Order: sequence, then C-alpha cells, then structure tokens
Amino acid sequence: MRATHSIHGGIHPVEAKALSAPGTVLDAGIPDKLVLPLSQHIGRQPEVIVEVGETVKGGQVLALGDGPMSVPLHAPTSGTITAIDDRAVPHPSGLTNRCIELSCDGNDDWVALEGLANWREIDRTALISAISLSGVAGMGGAGFPTAVKLNSPATQPIRTLIINGTECEPYISADDTLMQIDAPAIVEGAEILAHIVNAEEILFAVEDNKPIALAAMQEAVDASESNCRREVMSFPTKYPSGGEKQLIEILTGLQVPSGGLPAHLGIVCQNPGTAVAVREAILMGKPLTERIVTLTGRALNKPGNYRVRLGTPISHLLAVTAFDPKDNQRLIHGGPMMGFALESSDVPIIKTTNCVLVPTEQELPTPPPAQACIRCGLCAEACPASLLPQQLYWYARAKDQEQLEKHHLFDCIECGACSWVCPSHIPLVQYYRAAKGSIVDTRAEKTRSDRSRDRFEARQERVERELAAREAQRAARRAAAQKKAEQGADDDPIAAAIARAKAKKQTAEDPLGAPAGNDES
Amino acid sequence: MSFIETQPLLAALIALLGLGVTFGAILGFASIRFRTEGNPLADQINQILPQTQCGQCGYPGCKPYATAIADGDAINKCPPGGQETIDALADLLDVESMTLDAEHGEEKAPKVAYIREEDCIGCTKCIQACPVDAILGAAKLMHTVIADECTGCDLCLDPCPVDCIDMIERKTGIQHWRWELPSDNLIASDRAAA
Ligand code: SF4
Ligand code: SF4
Ligand code: SF4
Ligand code: SF4
Repeated sequence: MRATHSIHGGIHPVEAKALSAPGTVLDAGIPDKLVLPLSQHIGRQPEVIVEVGETVKGGQVLALGDGPMSVPLHAPTSGTITAIDDRAVPHPSGLTNRCIELSCDGNDDWVALEGLANWREIDRTALISAISLSGVAGMGGAGFPTAVKLNSPATQPIRTLIINGTECEPYISADDTLMQIDAPAIVEGAEILAHIVNAEEILFAVEDNKPIALAAMQEAVDASESNCRREVMSFPTKYPSGGEKQLIEILTGLQVPSGGLPAHLGIVCQNPGTAVAVREAILMGKPLTERIVTLTGRALNKPGNYRVRLGTPISHLLAVTAFDPKDNQRLIHGGPMMGFALESSDVPIIKTTNCVLVPTEQELPTPPPAQACIRCGLCAEACPASLLPQQLYWYARAKDQEQLEKHHLFDCIECGACSWVCPSHIPLVQYYRAAKGSIVDTRAEKTRSDRSRDRFEARQERVERELAAREAQRAARRAAAQKKAEQGADDDPIAAAIARAKAKKQTAEDPLGAPAGNDES
Repeated sequence: MSFIETQPLLAALIALLGLGVTFGAILGFASIRFRTEGNPLADQINQILPQTQCGQCGYPGCKPYATAIADGDAINKCPPGGQETIDALADLLDVESMTLDAEHGEEKAPKVAYIREEDCIGCTKCIQACPVDAILGAAKLMHTVIADECTGCDLCLDPCPVDCIDMIERKTGIQHWRWELPSDNLIASDRAAA
C-alpha cells in the first residue's frame, strides 16, 4: 500500500460508533405518510408536476429538476398525494419549506424501471443525465448534485476518483455499514463513476477504525476487474480526516489551494452511498428514494443503521427505535460535531441525512456558558485547515470582513474541532457560519447596488436627453413662427401652406412625442 | 568674487524662488495632465451608498447625497443603508461613526415592489416614478416589476392611482436565512449546533 500523509491539527473525540452496531441494516418500514421537501440538495428547487389527489407509484417523478443545479424528486413508494404545502424541514433555521405529502397505500407498487446495462458503451453526457434524472445528490452531507460534480470541463481532466469512506464523525456508521454489506456494489458504482470522469485510478479511503469494512472493500476490489489502477487505503483515525481537502492531503500529499476545488488537482471525491446510488441509477434505472441512516444515541433503546425511505418523519423513526424521552433534551440532525439541533421530531429524513442523534443529557451534556477567550492557542493547534480560529473569532465579532477574508475564513470546513478543544467553550463555528453568511450577503448586495447605480445613471441620462430634445424642438418651433411673422402677408400663400405641412409632418414623425413607457423595451 | 559670496541672502532667496517656481510648474502641469474626472471622494462615497435611490436622505438620489457628504453633510441620513453604511462611511472619511438620523426614517428589511396585476389600469405613472427603470409595461396594458432590478425605494407607491402596488419583503424563506452571530454577552449556546 502507498504511504499516507498526515494533516495539521485534528482531534480524537469519543467515537461511540459501536452503539449503532455497524454491519447490520434494519428496516424502518413504510410509515403512513411521507413528507418530501422539494429542496434536498444545494441548488434550485425542482418544479412539482403532480397534483393533490393524484395517485402515484414508487419511482414516479413528483418534481422535475429546474436547470443543471437542480435534481428531480421521486415517490419512494405508492400512494396518494395528500398535500403540497410548507412544512418544517431539517434545517438549522427551523423554518418551513415547500413539501409534498404522500399518504402511502402500503402496497409499494413501483413503475417499471429500466437500466443501462451496457453503460461502458454509452457516452458520458448520457450517463450524467441519467444520474441527474435519478435525483442523485451527494449523500455525505452537503448534498451537491452528483451530476454537476461529474461534469468537469474538458480543460480539467480528472485523474483520480476517491471514494470517501472515512466517516470520521463520531457516532455515525452508515457508510461503515454500507461498506460491510455492499462492498461489491460500491466498487461497481465507483467503476461507473471512474468511467464517466475518465479517471485512471480509484482510491477507496477507509479509516483504520473500520477493519471489517476495510477487509470487505479489499475483497470486493480483488474479486472484480477494472481498467483503472485501484487501491484500498487505510490511515489512522482522526477527526476530521474525512473533510474533502483533508482526505486528499492524507492520500496524495497534495494540498487543494485556498479557494480552489479538488478538480483543480484532477481529483474528484464521492461518498460510498453516492456510488451505490449511481450504480442503481445506471444499472437498474432506480431513482434515489431511500438511504441508510444511523439512528443512534443512548436515549434510543434500539439504535442501529436503518434503511429509511426518504420523507419518513423522524417521529416515526423514534417509535421504531424505542425512544425513551426520560433523559433526552436534544435531537440532532447529523453527528455531534457538524450536525445541528432540530426543534421538533416532525421533520422528515432527506437525501443528506446520514444520522439522527438522540443523546441523553449525561452522554452529550449541554455546554456550559461561554467564557472569555484566554488566548491559549489550542484552537489553532486543532484546526485541520491550518487557520487561526482565535483571530477569526475576534474578526467575526468585530465584523471585519476584510480581515476575515484575508485570514481565509472560506477555507474553514466548519468541522468544529476548534470549538471542541476550546477551554472557554466558545461556540466558535457559529461565529464563522454567521460571518460567512454576512460576507455572502454583502457581496450579493454590492452586485445589486452596482447594477442599480448603472440603471439609475442610464435613466438620468435618458431623462436629460429627452428634456434637451424637447427643449430644442420647442426652440425650433418658436423660430419658425417668428420667421413666418417677419415674412408677413405679402408672402406666397402656396409656399406658406407647404411649409406648414412640412412642419406638421416633422412633429408627427418625431419619436419624442411618444409616451415614456415605450422606452422600456 | 562670486555673487553668492557677496550677496548670500539674495542668492538664497533667488534659489528658493527658483525651486518654488519649478515645482509649482510641475505640480500645475501634473494637475492638468493627470486630472481625474469628477469628484473622486464623492465617487468613493457613492460606492458605499446602497443605491436604493429613494430620496429619503433629502437628495434626489444617492449620488447627489454622496456629493453633499463630500462637501461636509452628515453621514447618517440614509435609512436603507442603515448602520452598516454609516460605519463604512465613517471608516472611509475617518470620522466618528453615529447612529441613523431618525428624521429621515428607520432601517427596514429590504423590500421589492409587487404590482397586483389584476388591479393595474396601465396608467404608466409608476414607470415614470421608478428611478431604475424596474417596471415594464405600456399604456393601458398591465405593468409588472422586474424584482431583480427593483431597489425597494417606494417611489412608485404614491403615483399609483389605484393603489395596486404592494411592497413585500425581499429576503424571506429558507435560502435567505443566515446563522446569527452568538450574542456577545456569551450565553450558553448549543454546542452540537456550533
Ligand atoms: S481555544 Fe478558545 S480560549 Fe483558546 S485561543 Fe482558541 S478561542 Fe481562545
Ligand atoms: S471549524 Fe473551521 S476554524 Fe475551526 S477547526 Fe474546523 S476548519 Fe478550523
Ligand atoms: S436615502 Fe435613499 S437616495 Fe439617499 S443615499 Fe440612501 S438610498 Fe440613496
Ligand atoms: S419598482 Fe417601485 S419600489 Fe422598485 S425601484 Fe421602481 S419605483 Fe422603486
């Protein structure tokens, strides 16, 4: 095996992965109702093409992608559309967003699906569009439409495909489970992905705390054929090794430049769940309608990895996992490091939900109040992106956007390592998230105001031009009248009539007589 | 004996005068040769103003107010810009920041105009009022606002004879939500969320 490299910083929080018993998948069943938010990915919301009252089958398209940065949404089972309205969705804001409610009939009838068995002969654009039409969006967390990530321009050839099975965040074992039970499917999915991006090598990355998954992946690679050089790589467990840029450095020793993308180094990373979803989309024509979710935490009596239909309300899953509310006061979407608290269990599982954490108070205590920064520098030691979290914190408080950008705020991957080590319990990441948001807003407002300035000035100019033209016209008319008066009655009446007609015609032809509204075109 | 030795004072004076004239000439030439168009300070100020063009500052648009600030007017008269703009102006002009002058209005969330199309009679009055040409329509035909161009200045409301224009909040919904800066008195905050 090739040597791996180490990254700056990182931490070793309690892993607690055994709690969810990686390696076994349980079935969460079909609830009475599914709630499907239209936005389950980064990018534009798809357009609904079904109506309330319509009966649908599993796999049927409910909403169509609107442009390249949008993916469609499919029915996870058969039933009737009973509502299309705004509901609570898993989002840190706790705000509502447009959702489709599907009342399941329990029959789980599906539309006929058709795959592309001869994918090796099919052109990459056709494969990418098949992936997009199957609604696949990155399942590792961010939810970037997979098709967009695969569609790198010809000027940026991809050499290496990395299947990121690091899963470094504590508690979560969904990818571990998938690798243990379905390694051949991951390997085949990776093969399809490598074919699409025309990669020469595929690296399967697994942290060394997952020996069973590692062995399963190695076995699946050994048992299959490939045109690519393939390697299963394992490296020491450390949080957050699974960050895209961090993982690339661990595997290749290369650093993705600040503000750059892995594609700039000829690398693309995909999650094992995404690889399986791509395989199903291509080989079977099956859209993304379910996923493995780690349901864990000591407030659950039956934690584990469950196969869950998208849209399943978390309240249903709490019942399935025998939730004991006695000692619990928080519900977390995602893991303990990067997840966010949910306000209610009335929100559905979406494409990016890899974990729902339901801890007891002893297990994950509510953090004590934040104290003043003592400038200990532990945060800088822990930061995997080699940033200066303490400086960023001061600048975020001072709202100094210039300094924040100078100190590479946008390279922060929001891993929470700095907050985790901070002896003063300062919620550092929240400062960075807020600062990023306000910088993004400031940039957008600046573009907007620049455009308004141009439009305002263009309009000023036009108004002035019109005024001047009208003034000139008035002056010309005045001069003509004066001339006529001077010439007096002894003038030739016929010539005078011609002059009058000419003057009239000229005024009629003048476009400036038209209403201002015509300038709008 | 040279002139410098006989008349040192006069010589020094002549030398200084000569230097003065030479550099004066260079400066004078440079000021003509490298003259910048318009008023650079006013332009810099105008870059900061929000370009809503609403006139709440008492001037007919942001640029006139920018010129007025460059000439010494107060920096706290622009409600759409709010505190952020005042701070940025104070920073640029190196003066003490102040709070918004309430006489000119209060800071509000950005809005866009929305024409209730079924009520619009196509009078074109709003088009004439709009400082950024954000309204489309022709006489006696329904009008509509290009939401991306509308600055939310309110100027089209008054001229509308049938009151069919509403101002709605521009940044609503989940896409516009942003994390809040934790409050400064350092209260307990959700660590899992942070
Ligand atoms: S770890 Fe916390 S207390 Fe220490 S320097 Fe960083 S922010 Fe300050
Ligand atoms: S959250 Fe950002 S600043 Fe903090 S350790 Fe992670 S990358 Fe560094
Ligand atoms: S008050 Fe209105 S017109 Fe005046 S500077 Fe502010 S946005 Fe521009
Ligand atoms: S549409 Fe109305 S509110 Fe919007 S910029 Fe024009 S006049 Fe102002």
